[in-house]
Amino acid sequence: MAELLVWPALIAYGAAAVAYAGALRDSGVTARLGIWGVRIGWLAQTALLIAQALDTDGFPWGTWAGALNLFVWLVVGAYLIWGCTPRYRLLGLVVMPLAAALLVAAWAGGGTGVSTRDTAGGLLALHVGLMLAGFAGLTLAAGLAGLYLWQERRLKRRDTGLLRLRLPPLESLDRLSARTAMISLGVLSVGIGVGLASFDRGDFDVPMAVALAIWVLYAVGLVLRREMLLWGRRFAVLLVAGFALVAIVLPLTHFAS
Amino acid sequence: MRLTLVGVSHRQAPVELRERVAVDSAAAAALARELADGCEAVVLSTCNRTELYLASDDAGHHLDHRASASLLALAGDDAAALAPVLYRLGDDSAALHLFRVAAGLDSLVPGEGEILGQVRDAFDQGATGPLLGHLFRQALHAARRARVETAIGESPASVPAAAAALAQQVFDDLSDRTVLLVGAGKISELTARNLRSRGGLIAAVANRTVAHGEELAARVESRAVGLAEIPALLATADVVVTSTSAPGYVVDTTTAASVLRRRRGRPILFLDLAVPRDVDPALATIDGCFVYDVDDLEAVVETSLAGRRVEAVRAEQLVAAEAERFREWQASLAVVPAIASLRARAEEIRCGELAKAEGRLGRLPESERKLVESVTSQIVAKILHLPTVRMKEAAAGADGVVYADVVRHLFGLEEEEQS
Repeated sequence: MAELLVWPALIAYGAAAVAYAGALRDSGVTARLGIWGVRIGWLAQTALLIAQALDTDGFPWGTWAGALNLFVWLVVGAYLIWGCTPRYRLLGLVVMPLAAALLVAAWAGGGTGVSTRDTAGGLLALHVGLMLAGFAGLTLAAGLAGLYLWQERRLKRRDTGLLRLRLPPLESLDRLSARTAMISLGVLSVGIGVGLASFDRGDFDVPMAVALAIWVLYAVGLVLRREMLLWGRRFAVLLVAGFALVAIVLPLTHFAS
Repeated sequence: MRLTLVGVSHRQAPVELRERVAVDSAAAAALARELADGCEAVVLSTCNRTELYLASDDAGHHLDHRASASLLALAGDDAAALAPVLYRLGDDSAALHLFRVAAGLDSLVPGEGEILGQVRDAFDQGATGPLLGHLFRQALHAARRARVETAIGESPASVPAAAAALAQQVFDDLSDRTVLLVGAGKISELTARNLRSRGGLIAAVANRTVAHGEELAARVESRAVGLAEIPALLATADVVVTSTSAPGYVVDTTTAASVLRRRRGRPILFLDLAVPRDVDPALATIDGCFVYDVDDLEAVVETSLAGRRVEAVRAEQLVAAEAERFREWQASLAVVPAIASLRARAEEIRCGELAKAEGRLGRLPESERKLVESVTSQIVAKILHLPTVRMKEAAAGADGVVYADVVRHLFGLEEEEQS
């Protein structure tokens, strides 16, 4: 019965995505509906994850679909930090359709069931959890960067509706996306560190190489930003491109087999 | 109690007439006191309207006549011209009108926020009693709801306000953001004041004639410089407001591009309010550089105003609902004396019966005596609760007075009220 919790979560996320789209025209009630959709969906998914954890010996999200389920929960959880303020509600327009689509994929792949069995050790579970949390943060950073690019485009094009549909200010989006990427990189670093602790010589494989390459990409981007060599639109493009890389390459290398 | 409003506003009267009856805050307070002879009075006077609100429960007060006479007296020689444009509203219409005024729905620019403070001031300085006190408090409440629950007051309604709001779309908080004014015209000053009110810091006023720039610089707590210093100032400025009468570009690509590229993407916003334009639009191709001319800003304002008009429809519904609540409250006043008499009569009976039983109750311990008091009070309250509610409900319709008369007759309250 507990696996049915995926439905309220999915419906609420979908409703939130639709409500946020509606908030483009009416910033009042629909945006509030969107926020409530996120809250209710996230609570339902939390209950689902708890049920999965209680019913599984070991780490219940070791499969690609299970990992996707946990990943969605982390992304929406991170979004809740900002999404509950009216100022960043339009970030939901980027995040919630993605969350709903990924949760559907997780469900289709069997990652939302509660009878999984996995023998992963505690260290490996911690490693996977931290890596997923890091990637969830990078997803959010990409969402913020997407909003930055949209807002910048509106300002450049002198959109007359700039003050009717108000996005967060350009500098705030820039600052927040960089900060989110930095925190996520920190979490990712700890995740990689935990992974290396259980690393045996000869275990080095393609997924590890990809994870390290992604880490290097973001680290270089953040260093360049700090040194004022990469800024504004270009930094936002890097965050979005980095996310695209994560979204395409990581599942292929980790779960293709 | 009856409510009367007599007034003149921008809708019917030109400024030549409005200015004759406009009074300052002190004079409005004095006039309210003068009018409040045996009644309640509030005088609301702004640049767009002068309105007198009077309330009394005595029909013999001829409130309409008194208020009209006051306004005509203020108009002096123009009284004859003023008389046809005066409007007179009573009770429900007057209340709805005030609610609309307070919410900015009757303003030149829908949703403008200044009127809310002006209504509050008029209320504070008026000679208010139960009716006008309730009316103005509810009007302020309705206006606040309109501003909170709709977006009627969110968008700017003028070019300087739109310029400042645009700056906030780039920089968020303008605290300590540096602003460079190029040109010392009136529009520059208005924009500078808007930016300063949001925390912006006017770094310099650049003008062809430095002496002219100094006057404005003194008013905005800044310094005046010549136009030659503009390229150097661009390196640190966040917002540049230009409004010179120069025939060509004052900030062109040859002088500014290299400086702007050295900013390494740190955003800079050009607000070019001059015609012909002062800022080369080609600068907008540089990363982090945003250029708005006066047409762009006017288009933003027009879109904002269109948005306000859409929101005004929602605000009208909200204000109408509040006016309906006021109407119900005012109607309930008609049955209040009957309810008060009924409760007093019931209490009198209760106390009388307790007094009769004093001989037996006197033997009871104090705690039990209190219990008897409490139980009898509760019985009376419960019996009277439903009739009270029903009378108030009836008062909101047209039957309130009939119900009140029936209650008076059934319980013999007329004699009591007369005695």
